[in-house]
Amino acid sequence: MQPILLIVFLPLLAAIVAGLGNRMLGNTVAKSITTGALFISCALSWPIFIGFLTGSAEASVVPVLTWVQSGTLSFDWALRVDTLTAVMLVVVTSVSALVHLYSWGYMDEDPDQPRFFAYLSLFTFAMLMLVTANNLVQMFFGWEGVGLASYLLIGFWFKKPSASAAAIKAFVVNRVGDLGFMLGIFGTWMVFQTTSIPEILAAAPGMSGATMSFLGIRMHTMDILCILLFIGAMGKSAQLGLHTWLPDAMEGPTPVSALIHAATMVTAGVFMVCRLSPMFETAPIALGMVVFVGAATCIFAATVGTTQWDIKRVIAYSTCSQLGYMFFAAGVGAYNAAMFHLFTHAFFKALLFLGAGSVIHAMHHEQDMRYYGALRKHIPITFWAMMAGTLAITGVGIYDLHLGFAGFWSKDAIIEVAYARGTELGQFAFWMGVFAALLTSFYSWRLVFLTFFGKARWIESEHIQHSVHKTPEQAGEDTTGGYHPHESPLTMLIPLGILSVGAIVAGQVFAPYFLDSEAFWNGSLFYNEPLMHAMHAVPGMVKYAAFIVMVTGLVIAWFAYIKDTSIPGKFVAQFRMVHAFLYNKWYFDELYDVLFVKPAFWLGRKFWMWGDVGIIDRFGPNGAAWAVMQSTGAAKKLQSGYLTSYALIMLLGLVAALTWVML
Amino acid sequence: MDGFPILSVMLAVPLLGAVACLFVDAKTARMVALLATLVDLALGILLWLNYDIGGAQWQFTEKAAIFAGFQWALGIDGIALMLIVLSVFLMPICILASWDSITKRVGEYMAAFLLMEVLMIGVFAAQDLFLFYIFFEAGLIPMYLIIGIWGGDNRIYASYKFFLYTLLGSVLMLIAMLWMVNEAGTTDIPTLMAYDFPPHAQTWLFLAFFASFAVKMPMWPVHTWLPDAHVQAPTAGSVILAGVLLKMGGYGFIRFSLPMFPEASAQFVWLIWGLSMAAVVLTSLIALVQHDMKKLIAYSSVAHMAIVTIGLFAFNVQGLEGAMMVMLGHGLVSGALFLCVGVIYDRLHTREIDRYGGLAINMKYYALFFMLFTMASVGLPGTSNFVGEFLSLAGIYQANSWVAFVATTGIILGAAYMLYLYRRVAFGDQKNADAAAMPDLNLREWLMLAPLALAVLWMGVYPESFLAPMRADIAALDARLARAKPEGDAHLKMGEPREAAANAIGHGEGHGAGEGEGAGHGEGHGAAPADAAEGEAH
Repeated sequence: MQPILLIVFLPLLAAIVAGLGNRMLGNTVAKSITTGALFISCALSWPIFIGFLTGSAEASVVPVLTWVQSGTLSFDWALRVDTLTAVMLVVVTSVSALVHLYSWGYMDEDPDQPRFFAYLSLFTFAMLMLVTANNLVQMFFGWEGVGLASYLLIGFWFKKPSASAAAIKAFVVNRVGDLGFMLGIFGTWMVFQTTSIPEILAAAPGMSGATMSFLGIRMHTMDILCILLFIGAMGKSAQLGLHTWLPDAMEGPTPVSALIHAATMVTAGVFMVCRLSPMFETAPIALGMVVFVGAATCIFAATVGTTQWDIKRVIAYSTCSQLGYMFFAAGVGAYNAAMFHLFTHAFFKALLFLGAGSVIHAMHHEQDMRYYGALRKHIPITFWAMMAGTLAITGVGIYDLHLGFAGFWSKDAIIEVAYARGTELGQFAFWMGVFAALLTSFYSWRLVFLTFFGKARWIESEHIQHSVHKTPEQAGEDTTGGYHPHESPLTMLIPLGILSVGAIVAGQVFAPYFLDSEAFWNGSLFYNEPLMHAMHAVPGMVKYAAFIVMVTGLVIAWFAYIKDTSIPGKFVAQFRMVHAFLYNKWYFDELYDVLFVKPAFWLGRKFWMWGDVGIIDRFGPNGAAWAVMQSTGAAKKLQSGYLTSYALIMLLGLVAALTWVML
Repeated sequence: MDGFPILSVMLAVPLLGAVACLFVDAKTARMVALLATLVDLALGILLWLNYDIGGAQWQFTEKAAIFAGFQWALGIDGIALMLIVLSVFLMPICILASWDSITKRVGEYMAAFLLMEVLMIGVFAAQDLFLFYIFFEAGLIPMYLIIGIWGGDNRIYASYKFFLYTLLGSVLMLIAMLWMVNEAGTTDIPTLMAYDFPPHAQTWLFLAFFASFAVKMPMWPVHTWLPDAHVQAPTAGSVILAGVLLKMGGYGFIRFSLPMFPEASAQFVWLIWGLSMAAVVLTSLIALVQHDMKKLIAYSSVAHMAIVTIGLFAFNVQGLEGAMMVMLGHGLVSGALFLCVGVIYDRLHTREIDRYGGLAINMKYYALFFMLFTMASVGLPGTSNFVGEFLSLAGIYQANSWVAFVATTGIILGAAYMLYLYRRVAFGDQKNADAAAMPDLNLREWLMLAPLALAVLWMGVYPESFLAPMRADIAALDARLARAKPEGDAHLKMGEPREAAANAIGHGEGHGAGEGEGAGHGEGHGAAPADAAEGEAH
């Protein structure tokens, strides 16, 4: 038995057992089965990854089952394992296993736990199918499967109208991207007559001079195909324009946000571009689009993140922004750097989300950072875990000593490589990346300072008021309201600890492989060695740029949220318009509501009442009925007896006609 | 199976059952109907198992002259086989669905259903043009009765509309058939499928057949009978209507219009594409604003059937196979969705969406089934509808990218209206006390839904079982259509491949490349990794 089969199908099996067994099994059994399956998958995944690190493993494909054969269009179920897959395997199974464990504590009071754990495992299965895909259609299967799991988990607390609305939004917005993905698959198959990824990648360079038409537009074939596929990636990875679902997805339980909306599913788009990197390298215009969209998302999301109050939304926008980094890295040709950031980001962003979950858990479900403060002493382990995550995401490190947290290695590499690429778009991405790094540092430290430092502002929170049965007036001077935050249980702290280790050392340990080793990648993505050399040779100022903006962001945040807490208020008063624009997320939701949602319903009503009822029925059947009634004047007669006479006449007529024809 | 007239037996069993039902009490009638449909299901499975894939095109043929060249000629190919299997699979489920909910004139009701089954199998098995016509048109009668007698409050209007629409097309089709028989001198369908009618005549013949099939399909704008018929029909009536009767239109196109009039089919390709595109967008938007569950699913059926016509008129193997798979998948899934509506209608006696809510709390397994069928309807990979939709759309993409684009927007709109429906029924708070008190599925309902769920997943994960019997027939049809195939709009033109990858940087390029040991060796790294094809293990 190939280990990859167990890795992929154990979570599916666990999901089915826990999901269908539900009440009959009871909470503990369902939780043990799913969590156990994930830990086994995880334990089997690491040896594969280590095999690729040491160079002893070979890329392989394990066939599973025939899927579809239709003329020349055929695709099978098969599991591909190469370096790129191995990286994703450890990311997905490790974070998923830890999130399963964490959920034992976080979801402890939920009445519906087997369902939750079944969904988590189902998600993991779909994600694993995605990353092991050897053809585009299986990738699409995983793609839609994770979409389904995401939908189910965002809407897990389906009694809340906001949760079920967010779930639909996530699915439908993703489907807009899927439209591009599907058309991309159709086009790719039409051009290459195969959906097998290795075959497409091998044939792509030969097609780089070809042109074709799509919707009347004539362009280079490869540009058309890659742009369509990239639109799919934009949907899943919440890039500018198709990002609106991700912040709303925070309606789901926090472990879900950590697993799906930070570490794994949202990075599927980046994975897809990297998986198809030799194909994208034949499509310069599509790559330009990747760089532009990535850089624009990176800066857009960071600006919005600076103004949000909900702790999870800040991290959600941060995720969106970091995904932008990964995309522009891929767009300038540093796919390995994109994958490296995907890898480190998975650890520190999962850590930040789970840390935020621990804070929310301690603060009686309050998510608004305005009502936090001074939590450092009360939940010290959570605090240090969040510190590790923040140090990692802001990219703290010292260049000259080659010492730093995870983000220092991966994010700084992306900023440098954008500069090193030397094109105008590369420059644009570089500057956007640097500015976004400043904002990243600012909003990350803002989060830490608002949550863990300063004065306790807990009693303002309705959740806390419910808990302590006091109003702010009754509490008086004591702004804690007498509430005692408790550190989370061990099941939640262990994942925080493990992920903290990842956030601290993942960059340091793996940088030589991910960034500088063509042998490690072994052809599983387009490794651009000259670009990597150029990256190491950028001018000193570029190398220090990220460090400088990181410190600047920290200092600004410190001034505004510790030194003089009146600064943010004054700033908002001064720049009301700018703040409102950012706070309202650049008004994307409002715009889409006016452009798409409202017109869809309006058109639906019009087509129905005017079109179907008003025109078709009125002049069609009703009109005919009216005419018939006018002529016979006896509607009742029409109804009764007509049927049998119809049948009879039909039969007689047929016989007569036949006889006439045949004789 | 040599010599055993299995098709005639499959027609005779429900016919005898129907007669028997008329003379017994309600309880016995139910049992007789269930037994007859189960026997037919067993025969259907036998038929499938004995169907020789790769064997003769027409199998299980029977022939007996009746009079004046009018023949009792039966026989099936892979396409007909699959549709017959679908029909006999859905019938016992329909009987179960009517078990408790039909209380008046049970014997007649069961008889109507069994007669319906006879006629459905007859349509797919007929090899004589007029035999087909009789089955095809007579199918109206039991459905008319089912809606008109056992339907909802507005059943007379609905059945009347249904009748009027369908009548319109059939007269024209009959005239066309008479002309064809006169011209070709035979009523044998296989012979006619290979007969080359003169192109100018094809135009008129095509339009005459189109009038009938477009209504049956139904295509926009002759679809308005469907929502009313569904809303008024009893649950099982809706299941058969959506599951099998709608497939007769598609079957008509694939059996008559395309092989008999290939030139005319190509000539009218934009008519079909245009109406189908309109259907996908318009009826999906209409589905979005429905308050009545059955109406919503009925409109979604129109949109799905448009994918069928788009696939059929893509003029290639993928489109044709995709269209067949959509028909089969939609037969299961829309049938299952109507059953899902029926399950809660039986409890609360309303189809008003707003009267429900929060069913995922008190009807967990119901919510699970409903979710599965919703996702299948949305075309999630791994379910039956994905395979069909994917192949149809892949097929049409080769023919025309505009049509492919517009048709593919159906996946967005479909997700919107189905998930919106699911949200209002199963999610949210339990705002209605009576809906909150409804019990979860009982054994009978499990027996209805579980086989459908398994079939939906089977067709999604391993569609080869369904594609294999049809493969040779579709290939033959594709070959016949080749001469009329419209040219695709992609116009792929090869050009000189680029020397290097887009992000390849050479000597002196890129910032900082000049400094230090920088970007030295640019040459060899241009092209894709040479070993990209490694790992091709099969």
